[in-house]
Amino acid sequence: MSDPLWLVPLPVVVPLLAAGLTLALYRKPRAQRTISVVALSIVLAVSATLLVLTDSGPLVIDVGGWAAPVGIDLVADRLSALMLTVSSAVTLCVLLYSLAQGEADGDEAAPVSIYHPTYLVLVAGVANAFLSGDLFNLYVGFEILLAASYVLLTLGGTGERIRAGSIYVVVALLSSVLFLVAIALVYASTGTVNLAQLAVRLPQIDPDVRLLLQVMLLLAFGIKAAIFPLSAWLPDSYPTAPAPVTAVFAGLLTKVGVYAIIRTQTLLFPDGRLDDVLMWAALATMVVGILGAVAQDDIKRLLSFTLVSHIGFMIFGIALSTHLGWTASIYYVVHHITVQTALFLVAGLIERWGGTTSLDRLGGLAKLAPVLAILFFVPAMNLAGVPPMSGFLGKVGLLQAGVAVGTPLATALVVGSVLTSLLTLYALIKAWNKAFWQTPPAELPATRIPFGMVGPTAALVAFGLALTVFAGPLYAYTGRAATALQERTPYIDAVLPDGLRGEGVSADLAEVHP
Amino acid sequence: MIDMSPNLVLVVVIAALFTVGVYLLLERSLSRVLVGVILLGNGANLLFLVAGGAAGRPPILGQAAVEDMSDPLPQAMVLTAIVITLGMTAFLLAMAYRSWQLHGHDEVQDDVEDRRIARLAARDERAFLDTDTEESMASLDEEAAETRDETGEPVPVAPDGGATP
Repeated sequence: MSDPLWLVPLPVVVPLLAAGLTLALYRKPRAQRTISVVALSIVLAVSATLLVLTDSGPLVIDVGGWAAPVGIDLVADRLSALMLTVSSAVTLCVLLYSLAQGEADGDEAAPVSIYHPTYLVLVAGVANAFLSGDLFNLYVGFEILLAASYVLLTLGGTGERIRAGSIYVVVALLSSVLFLVAIALVYASTGTVNLAQLAVRLPQIDPDVRLLLQVMLLLAFGIKAAIFPLSAWLPDSYPTAPAPVTAVFAGLLTKVGVYAIIRTQTLLFPDGRLDDVLMWAALATMVVGILGAVAQDDIKRLLSFTLVSHIGFMIFGIALSTHLGWTASIYYVVHHITVQTALFLVAGLIERWGGTTSLDRLGGLAKLAPVLAILFFVPAMNLAGVPPMSGFLGKVGLLQAGVAVGTPLATALVVGSVLTSLLTLYALIKAWNKAFWQTPPAELPATRIPFGMVGPTAALVAFGLALTVFAGPLYAYTGRAATALQERTPYIDAVLPDGLRGEGVSADLAEVHP
Repeated sequence: MIDMSPNLVLVVVIAALFTVGVYLLLERSLSRVLVGVILLGNGANLLFLVAGGAAGRPPILGQAAVEDMSDPLPQAMVLTAIVITLGMTAFLLAMAYRSWQLHGHDEVQDDVEDRRIARLAARDERAFLDTDTEESMASLDEEAAETRDETGEPVPVAPDGGATP
């Protein structure tokens, strides 16, 4: 096999190129669709290849040929390759779903000519965030995906979307400014923004300054990941967007924040001084989020609140700072991306069928659409963590890790997560009963749902189930990813091989990698 | 050795920009929020210049001795950040205009969940019964479109007198 390094930037470059092409071909919807599907398929194939390749060590490429601490690096290690693979699988499914929806609606409802480019830019931004090897490039990745998300959220510019969008945009902008300030302070105190070099230099600076930097970064990422005190913006803004957009937001955007937290906590701040704070935040996120979900009477809003609540599980795993905790946390992220996206897609199908997502007005769907009932039931049970599904396996992993740590706070979190799972089960069962079994208050308009929309949803549900079947290998992989995070040296060595590129001298890539 | 001590004037300017920016961000009108975001963004950009140490010769190789040069990296980052802020400003401007087009004002509206909870609390009813949508037969989305400012109008009271007037 020849040098595989050229694969690393492809998940960013391919969607960006495709975005340009689709923008140029805005008059030809069919060509747009073909380009988007092909581009995302390529990204999926590349990510899967990277998943296999990075298992033997991180792959690093210097963008523009400038050496590591000065230039921009793209780094693919086990964690980022795994996140890339899951995210590209999910984005491809959602794209197919939205194509079928667009065909069924006759492309009149939304200005589709900008939908494809924006969606592709979003995918590129997510990939850039997963791959970036320095803080500033991470910021750029965030901005790319956020800018695309602003457009997608306010697609069509209806009053309701503008209302939800303005809150979302302002909160996101504020978090971006916070992140930018954090980067400036990091540069002022260490003289670098390269993650690998930061990992070396941060232990050398004043611990109090380090703590300040950690708090700033956690605040910025916490807003994006919707951790409790910073999560109020989410349940309001997501449900107003079109169903596929909400699905991809719920699946991916918060997880990019979680990814950034995992990356910075393990690589830059391994001393874990804020672990207790994170645990409190995780507990509050879980409990407050799920209580919000219980109080909802609208499926989309209910799902948004469960999304917030289940972010807490991942933060719990990260805050434990043990190998077991990270393993379970990464597994849980993978599971949650799949399941939450599937649930929002099903909510879109329910809305199509019943004309509403309000649980007071829905009813009797089980008879009308038995397939829909199954499609909702399976991921709902998976999210609640009913054995033997992947949600259960992820939660058991987290509980084990929590019990292994055994401090009073960790034990409280174990109890809290069990409680949250039960409440999730209650909320989702309530939704299921109301939507599918109660006698409908009014006759529901019978509509035909195109197969193109059911197909991708079913594929995602099946993907969620496959996470259960292949839980063994996947858990082993996330375990190896956690090991790599814990050891830190493979990552640092890959980015800064001694004497070769560690000095920041520009080197021709051809010389470094003959 | 490069002089790393930052410029005090810059620091003061940054503090002023952040103060005014945060104040404007707390306003209800989107266009004021926009100005606040611009000021905050510029404050962050200046912070990068401070992070790069004191000013020196141009950060271009060959123009001056390496010791006298400014640090080029923060300048490159500021350039990127400025471009991003420009894009976001354009988007916010478009959104404020659209909001004005739709509603005749560009105010950031109340959080729907806050409104809902405030109403339920005023009626002293439990949330899961959700009688407010039953009564009005309006969906949350429709209600959200109506609700705007809780300072101007009183919280509606249930006809059965469940709440204190």
